[in-house]
Amino acid sequence: MNALSVLDRGRIIARPDYNRWLVPPAALAIHLCIGQAYAFSVFNLPLSKVGGWKLTELGWIFTLAIVFLGLAAAFAGRWVEDQGPRKAMFTAACFFGGGFLLSALGTSLHNIWLIYLGYGVIGGIGLGIGYISPVSTLIKWFPDRPGMATGLAIMGFGGGALIASPLSVFLMSRYASIAPEGVAPTFVTLGVVYFCFMLAGAIMVRLPAPDWRPQGFVAPASPQKLITLRHVHVDQAVRTPQFYLLWWVLCLNVTAGIGVLGQASAMSQEVFPGRVSVVAAAGFVGLLSLFNMGGRFFWASASDYLGRKNTYTVFFLLGAILYAIVPSAGRAGSIALFVACYCVILSMYGGGFSTIPAYLRDIFGTMHVGAIHGRLLTAWSAAGVFGPVIVNYMRQYQIAHGVAASAAYNTTMYVMASLLLVGFLCNLLMTPVHERHYYSIEEEIAVGAEAPEVAV
Amino acid sequence: MRSTSTAMKLALAWAFVGIPLLWGVAMTLRNAIKLFE
Repeated sequence: MNALSVLDRGRIIARPDYNRWLVPPAALAIHLCIGQAYAFSVFNLPLSKVGGWKLTELGWIFTLAIVFLGLAAAFAGRWVEDQGPRKAMFTAACFFGGGFLLSALGTSLHNIWLIYLGYGVIGGIGLGIGYISPVSTLIKWFPDRPGMATGLAIMGFGGGALIASPLSVFLMSRYASIAPEGVAPTFVTLGVVYFCFMLAGAIMVRLPAPDWRPQGFVAPASPQKLITLRHVHVDQAVRTPQFYLLWWVLCLNVTAGIGVLGQASAMSQEVFPGRVSVVAAAGFVGLLSLFNMGGRFFWASASDYLGRKNTYTVFFLLGAILYAIVPSAGRAGSIALFVACYCVILSMYGGGFSTIPAYLRDIFGTMHVGAIHGRLLTAWSAAGVFGPVIVNYMRQYQIAHGVAASAAYNTTMYVMASLLLVGFLCNLLMTPVHERHYYSIEEEIAVGAEAPEVAV
Repeated sequence: MRSTSTAMKLALAWAFVGIPLLWGVAMTLRNAIKLFE
């Protein structure tokens, strides 16, 4: 028997006594590792000293990783669904860990192209496959609380940076005596540790048996307005207006948050000159990261009770109001109000990521939700360009036209509020998909014979 | 016996991911507190 057959989906069907609460830690083991991507900037300064590279050249490493995250999620989504979560998690571990090892080689050889290929391309593919690998599995294990389940996993992506940042700084300081800035051995250590951690997640994960149901759970006899009991194929889903409405919902929500995240430190110091030090600004960024992480669990769990459409309505309306308040907080000199507004905004930024898989499940059914989620994540890649460009360009424009640095972000905040109102309209237009897009009952029965998850 | 084994597995699995996550949260909180000093 092929040794790799232990990765097959047929080998990971859970026994009847398996406890479903073992699945979220498996998913978290993956997301806590790949969430390291948000903390990659801690390597920028040391890498610039090692290779003499400019920060703009180094910025491409993270950009490439996010682009390949989106591409891998979009193109490998169907493969992940077909092969099952264990093989997908193992593959993600190989790519992500391998990316670090190649980057270590690139650092030692002072070859930035090897780092681009290692962390940016290979690591980015690992990020994309790893991100979507546990999502549909969690939805199948928790049909009663899909938002909470995916929220737990995607919270790990936010939490990964909180671990990786201090861990990387610690490792670089320990290895500084054996390698320039300690970067290369830190990459090797992280590659090996992340590979092992993700492998543990792959070993832990299980799929539910076709006829499995949570104890006491009774599926609704008839579908609710925006929660289907049927299924849409991934290739059919991308032909529906609902897919593109959700694409814009995610893109606009992320755009509004991601630009602020990247500029939070500088923004807090410029809006309150002399009152917020560099150290305090770093604390502000840390606080935003905590709310980003906590919001992923809180809002996705809340969406199980509020409904997905209502949850996004809260994100867009409350977000727009808070963005509109921020300039007033700056003018009034109220640091507390400024910080409070951004903490809530960032919690909803995280919530947007973690609630979208359950929204997709509600609209398109469970059968291809992982693959559809993968394709939708291209909205993240697009927002990763839009958000920072809007914030940076508008700030530069304001300053070039004589606006004081402390007020340079005001117009940007109003633009962000407007973008959120557009997102509100997209969400408002969400309706169930047309009957013709669903699998027919006969097709569901035929496909269900091969794909056990169809019965969930 | 089986329930004890399951409880043990659950505790180990959650500790495996929970301890690093709590460490990361604690380190971040330690930095964030400087905003209010």
